[in-house]
Amino acid sequence: MDLDTLLSFDWGTMTPEFIILGVIAILSVADLFMPKHVDRKVLGWAGFVGVVLALISLVSLIGTETTSILYDTFRLDSFAIAFKLILLLGAALVMLLAIDYRTNDGLEEYKGEFFYLFLTALLGTMFMASSGDLITLFVGLELLSIPSYVLAGMRKRNLKSNESAMKYVLNGGISSAITLFGMSYVYGIAGTTNLKGIAQVFGGLSDPQHIYILGLAFFMIFVGLSFKLASAPFHMWAPDVYEGAPTPVTAFLSVVSKTAGFVIILRILLSIFGYIPVAQEDAQPIPLLFAVQDYIAFLAGATMIIGNVVALRQRNIKRMFAYSSIAHAGYILVALTAMSFVTFDAIWFYMLAYVLMNLGAFAIIQLITMKTGTEDISHFAGLYRRSPLLAVGMGIFILSLAGIPGTAGFIGKLNIFMGALMVDQAHYVLVSIMIATTVVSYFYYFGVMTQMFFRPAASDEKIQLPAGTTAVILITVIGTILFGVMPNLAIDFMHTNFNQFVDFMR
Amino acid sequence: MDFNYFLTLLVFSPLLGILLLAFMPKANESGIKMLGVLATLPSLILALIAYFSYRGGNDLANFSEKFRWIQFGGQGAEQQGLFSVNYELGIDGFGLIMVVLTAVIATLAAVASFHIKKEWKGYYMLFLLLEIGMLGVFTSQNLILFFLFFEITLIPMFFLIGKWGYYEKEKAAYSFLIYNGLGSAILLIVIMVLFSRTGTSNIEMLSVMMNTENTPMFAPVSESLKMGLLIALLVAFGVKLPIFPLHSWMLRVHVEAPPSIVMIHSGILLKIGAFGLIRFGMGIFPEQFAELAVLLAVLGVINLLYGAFLAFIQTDFKMVLAYSSISHMGIVLIGLGALNEAGIQGAIFQVVSHGLISALLFFLVGVLYERTHTTTLANLGGMAKGMPLASGFLLAGAMASLGLPGMSGFVSEFMAFLGLFEEMPVLAAVGTIGIIMTAVYLLRAVLAITYGNAEREFVGVTDIRSFEWAPVLVLIGLIVLIGVYPAVLSEPLQATLETILMGIGG
Repeated sequence: MDLDTLLSFDWGTMTPEFIILGVIAILSVADLFMPKHVDRKVLGWAGFVGVVLALISLVSLIGTETTSILYDTFRLDSFAIAFKLILLLGAALVMLLAIDYRTNDGLEEYKGEFFYLFLTALLGTMFMASSGDLITLFVGLELLSIPSYVLAGMRKRNLKSNESAMKYVLNGGISSAITLFGMSYVYGIAGTTNLKGIAQVFGGLSDPQHIYILGLAFFMIFVGLSFKLASAPFHMWAPDVYEGAPTPVTAFLSVVSKTAGFVIILRILLSIFGYIPVAQEDAQPIPLLFAVQDYIAFLAGATMIIGNVVALRQRNIKRMFAYSSIAHAGYILVALTAMSFVTFDAIWFYMLAYVLMNLGAFAIIQLITMKTGTEDISHFAGLYRRSPLLAVGMGIFILSLAGIPGTAGFIGKLNIFMGALMVDQAHYVLVSIMIATTVVSYFYYFGVMTQMFFRPAASDEKIQLPAGTTAVILITVIGTILFGVMPNLAIDFMHTNFNQFVDFMR
Repeated sequence: MDFNYFLTLLVFSPLLGILLLAFMPKANESGIKMLGVLATLPSLILALIAYFSYRGGNDLANFSEKFRWIQFGGQGAEQQGLFSVNYELGIDGFGLIMVVLTAVIATLAAVASFHIKKEWKGYYMLFLLLEIGMLGVFTSQNLILFFLFFEITLIPMFFLIGKWGYYEKEKAAYSFLIYNGLGSAILLIVIMVLFSRTGTSNIEMLSVMMNTENTPMFAPVSESLKMGLLIALLVAFGVKLPIFPLHSWMLRVHVEAPPSIVMIHSGILLKIGAFGLIRFGMGIFPEQFAELAVLLAVLGVINLLYGAFLAFIQTDFKMVLAYSSISHMGIVLIGLGALNEAGIQGAIFQVVSHGLISALLFFLVGVLYERTHTTTLANLGGMAKGMPLASGFLLAGAMASLGLPGMSGFVSEFMAFLGLFEEMPVLAAVGTIGIIMTAVYLLRAVLAITYGNAEREFVGVTDIRSFEWAPVLVLIGLIVLIGVYPAVLSEPLQATLETILMGIGG
């Protein structure tokens, strides 16, 4: 490869990534040379500006032709843009939360690192959204994972934080290994790591032995990646890590990292396993992905049930939201199981809604837990008295998470139901589980409501609202309601600009 | 006259009240209460305008409005007119009557809410939100919009019961939430199956599609599926109505919620079940509905007798009225089960009549409780001495409820039984026992309160005064008006009845 080839690439497609990379470099150097006593908040604001700039540059890329550079390892198609929008939006909000986050157990000394590790993880997710090659996918995945392990253990003098980092790194390592093992089978049979190339080779596959091996590969990849989604069977880490990690990191894991998980799953599943023909008795061969639908459905059902039922018993709000987050992964898996022509739409919209409602909820959780020093749900008691606006905001997020109409969460669920019911063999059982577990979730979601609105407060002290957190709460409240009442704003935007993601892997 | 936005204005006018209330100082009790009542007036005035303009010859179709709202499934689906959900409001005769009933009872309940002792601001804001939900339910023209409003009623009710109710209020709020949540979950499944199979959620289009052979649909709906959907609908609305085994939540709500809210709950919310069964059950699945008619009639008789017998042995006046409501909803089912013009007319009459009567009775319960702080029959007695007027009105309400000729209760019971005797005389004969029981338990309860021996002296209880006159007089006036001149209801209903009867082939 000479310089001419290198320069001939359309590097403009990578602008958002370059911006993030640049900011990471600047922040890390600045952190190194800044005197110890200077407040590292400045770095956080710089990081926030960087994310916003990346978001702007990404928006300007909407509508460009599908391009792929670096020999098809980096793609910019509508899928990549659409999901990067959500990732960057989520990351920007998380940055604001992180800036306001304060503890006294060892985080302050590392606050600078805190910010650029965040951005590094973000860069990983963006690469996952854009990758057209197994290698870039895996590198993106690890680029997300490794900083996340560090971030989870950032509160050095907090035992739970240490435990959470340990658990996270062990589970993460295992799941990465399993994923990679599955990928190695794919590479072994296809002889290439390029997703398009793999699809081409697999399209002509007929040896049944290969199919079995690829079936195995599918399970390994799927199970390994379910770690990032925090869905069954790899969900056990979530409660401990969510509880132990600093709250902005928890928010990051539950929103941005999860979105990235779905991004990589969609990329791999559709572009590899959507092309493997599985012979049917006296019928047309169907793609492997459709042949294993029942197993994905099973995992989706298990995830929803585990998440929602175990959440009922939680007293710690962050653990409760961990299980709630597991449950939500299950809901999105329903859309993935269905594989109807609205699957992409449904997942995209649900992720958007989820970013808004869950980050909003975490913003308030962070405020309250920082104030009271504990994470017990009972400390939400009387929030309505102490700060009516916070209570009403939390109320809106909870209604949205519970899927009550008038909020973005409801439209998201509606989209998933529709997808699951419109396909040829409608998934009645799965939809019934989803709806039944949603009703179960009322118990714990409304438990928080009961605390906030019905119970008396321990103290009547007003709660101070830091600027960044307030901004996050405002943005997310407005978004949650706006996309709940006028979802066409988001849905039409998606239809005009991404047109059902037709250029996915083309 | 131009009726664009008329219904939107009607449904959402309480929103103005909510906004104004948000800016009222918390302590201004009388101001908040005045504003709360005033805010219900625009809907009432608009509803009356609609009613009289209809009686004056204006076509109800003029009121309908429609805007593009959400388009699921991208541009391809949009071009085929599939999977779009419009914001469409409209009323027919039945809807009109329900809207007027809602507006009237909402205003009166707002007046009755003067008894509320704390946090008036939050109370009235939720109350007005509840009104928006109820008005929306009766005017929405598609199932998804219907569901949206249906759920909007759920949330304010949860808080209104849980915060302003009596001793076991939180328990009652939870059982309300869970039962109704499950009910609406089942309803949502029905709606989504219909929507995803046919591509539309418009009620009118659905009833045409379901009853025409070989209509083009996105996916076929088999006969057995239709039956399943109707049974699911029956369960979903059965929770709301409530039909016999699904009723326990409603007793708790009747006892624990503040009387003004029970006025709304018993007067209107229960009616949504009947409205749904008539509108969707009969409208969309007429053939299947006819097959289930006997079942409905049997359920109706069970409800009637079960409610009546249990009402007889209650020791608390609120429980008597709660079981009486269950019993009276049986008459609605009987009328629907008869499936002829008289029967259905009786059912709808009963919906309206019971709405007015139970609102009156619960208003009087509120008046009574306000003064004596008890509703136990054994503790009350001889009230006619201290408060002759209230006792008189209570007796009048009871008379209307047990079906004294000249009052609305008589017309509806007469029609419903007339219908059932025509179809299933034996069942109808059994059912009449319930009517006799009604007279027995109501007179027992009311006479015990007004004339019986007082366990303790109620010194200085005052009779009905000032603002309490308005609801009592309005409700009794309406009850008598319908009783002596049923045409106020039957004329607007005529067209609706004809449509329904045409559907079921009668």
